[in-house]
Amino acid sequence: MSMALFTKRLAKELSDLKINPPVGIEIEEAETFKSWKLNLDGVDGTLYAGERFALEFRFSPNYPMESPEVVFVGNIPIHPHIYSNGHICLNVLYNQWSPVLSVRSICLSIQSMLSSCTCKEPPPDNSHYIRTARSSPKLTQWSFHDDSV
Amino acid sequence: MSESEEDMYDSYKSTDEEQELDLDEDEDEIFVEEDDTELNFTDVVAERNRKKNYEVEFNVHSVEGIVKSQDDEIIHVSNILGIQKQHAATLLRHFRWNKERLIERYMDDSGSVLKTAGVITDDSRVPKFMKVYGFVCDICCDDDNDLNTLALSCGHRFCRNCYEHYLTQKIKEEGESRRIMCMASNCNVIVDEKTIELAVSPEIHSRYRTLLNRTYVDDNEYLRWCPAPSCEYAVECHVPNTSLTRIVPTVECFCCHRFCFGCGLPDHQPSICMLVRKWVKKCEDDSETANWISAHTKECGKCHSTIEKNGGCNHMTCRKCKYEFCWVCMGPWSEHGTSWYNCNRYDEKSSQDARDQQAKSRASLERYLHYYNRFANHEQSAKLDRELYNKTEKKMEEMQQTSDLSWIEVQFLKKAVDILVQCRMTLKWTYAFAFYLVRNNQTEIFEDNQRDLEMAVEQLSELLEKPIEAEKITELKQEVLNKTVYVGSRREVLLEDTAKGLSEGRWEFQGFEELHE
Repeated sequence: MSMALFTKRLAKELSDLKINPPVGIEIEEAETFKSWKLNLDGVDGTLYAGERFALEFRFSPNYPMESPEVVFVGNIPIHPHIYSNGHICLNVLYNQWSPVLSVRSICLSIQSMLSSCTCKEPPPDNSHYIRTARSSPKLTQWSFHDDSV
Repeated sequence: MSESEEDMYDSYKSTDEEQELDLDEDEDEIFVEEDDTELNFTDVVAERNRKKNYEVEFNVHSVEGIVKSQDDEIIHVSNILGIQKQHAATLLRHFRWNKERLIERYMDDSGSVLKTAGVITDDSRVPKFMKVYGFVCDICCDDDNDLNTLALSCGHRFCRNCYEHYLTQKIKEEGESRRIMCMASNCNVIVDEKTIELAVSPEIHSRYRTLLNRTYVDDNEYLRWCPAPSCEYAVECHVPNTSLTRIVPTVECFCCHRFCFGCGLPDHQPSICMLVRKWVKKCEDDSETANWISAHTKECGKCHSTIEKNGGCNHMTCRKCKYEFCWVCMGPWSEHGTSWYNCNRYDEKSSQDARDQQAKSRASLERYLHYYNRFANHEQSAKLDRELYNKTEKKMEEMQQTSDLSWIEVQFLKKAVDILVQCRMTLKWTYAFAFYLVRNNQTEIFEDNQRDLEMAVEQLSELLEKPIEAEKITELKQEVLNKTVYVGSRREVLLEDTAKGLSEGRWEFQGFEELHE
């Protein structure tokens, strides 16, 4: 039953994204319901204008009851909430996840997080974090201290 | 005692007692005074006279008792605040069962309390399954017209299937119970227990109840689960955390496990929790290293660096300060004159001084080892004494066969082993206690008590190891009985003195500046 919900929901999200793609977001690869790759373009007039990044979404069969695992791959944006291993510090990906959120809404959240950035620099604890972090960002105990960026 | 504590206690009484009390309602007072075994909080004065200094009052609760006391608290709050039971439950859990604080804050500003706790008390919007024409579930995108849907009082509506999935995931996979929120993003309304019961399978619901019970005990300062493996009882003890420097609250579960209510470790009287923590840590860090250092090294007479002699002659040159000395007599090498490589100067003045100094700096290490070895010895012996249980059982059978003693008449042996093991535990912790204790006039009494208990324990231990001679069984029994009583009374004397000293602040511990402000 859980499989049914999971596949049905992702199929619906996929067709929505294809029919009505948000500006600057494009599906690069979505062959399976295990993981998708999406391209994210930096918005014009922001520090990331002209740059293109790739996000990887990994889904468990409990999706959407459980949040997807979301990381940047390849060219990692330099941003105070994005670690150089691609892990993203964003509450809706972890403790504030809600099953009504979707791939689309997560992409938009990340895009707006990039757009509101005023200073391109890595997180202050970046070097420590990437040495100690597990492979999945969901295994990190995140504390969300800054909602402004 | 405040009224609420009494209430809490009342709610915990087993049904047997309750029935009895109900019958004797009219002569309640007389009943309580007459009954020695009844632990009743209303009878504080008489209780205090009977209670020993090192004992604390406590109650053991079964899971049913835990459930009942939660229900009683919920009903109480629901009546006072005039809200439905499931909402009272959510509020109590949000306030970690601190009823007084909840009521106070609620009276102050009920709106903000409800908002932060995620409760909406709108009786017109009680969650129930319903079919809504034209509804599309935001999660599964299903839009069948006969879809069953559910909304909490916040109004965020989802289909029944999604709700069940979500709750099952939260309860079964994430072990969540009291903080399960509405599925909508950014909505903090808590899914109350009534709604959960409505939406999940009986199996998941029972798991949910178990988790709730767990958090009830974990959140409550005066409750603690018995730490024994697979034991399901919880112990209630009204000793606050702040008293743990003056009291060692030792409790015994129905399963017979004795443990400290303050820290959950096995019975560690007479040492206070803080001291136990420090001692255990020290032993983990130091004991093996200290033993090795003591056995294999000496210290440089000048800079006190620890030196291991790993071969070669007795002419030592400290690598750190370049001091040259003789390994055998510890005296300066320059004074060895022509008798180099053949030290016969052991008693000369300068060598003597060097050794004295060495002895002084070694003394603290040796002191630690003195206490550690005794501590470890009793721990080891207690383990062996547990093997004695098995031997004792055989012995008890043997006794029944070789003499005319009945089963009940040979129980004294088992009792003796029980007391023995318990006394060894106490003795063990007296050495940690003594290690940190600053010596003064008061400590002499403690040391005398410790020695007396130690001697009594060893005598009883020896007695229990003796083989049984058929013709001497009656004598042996008398001897064991006497010794058992004696050992028990020695333990009592020691604990009484240490506990009294703690409550009076008579003991001074070194390395615990926080205790002597």
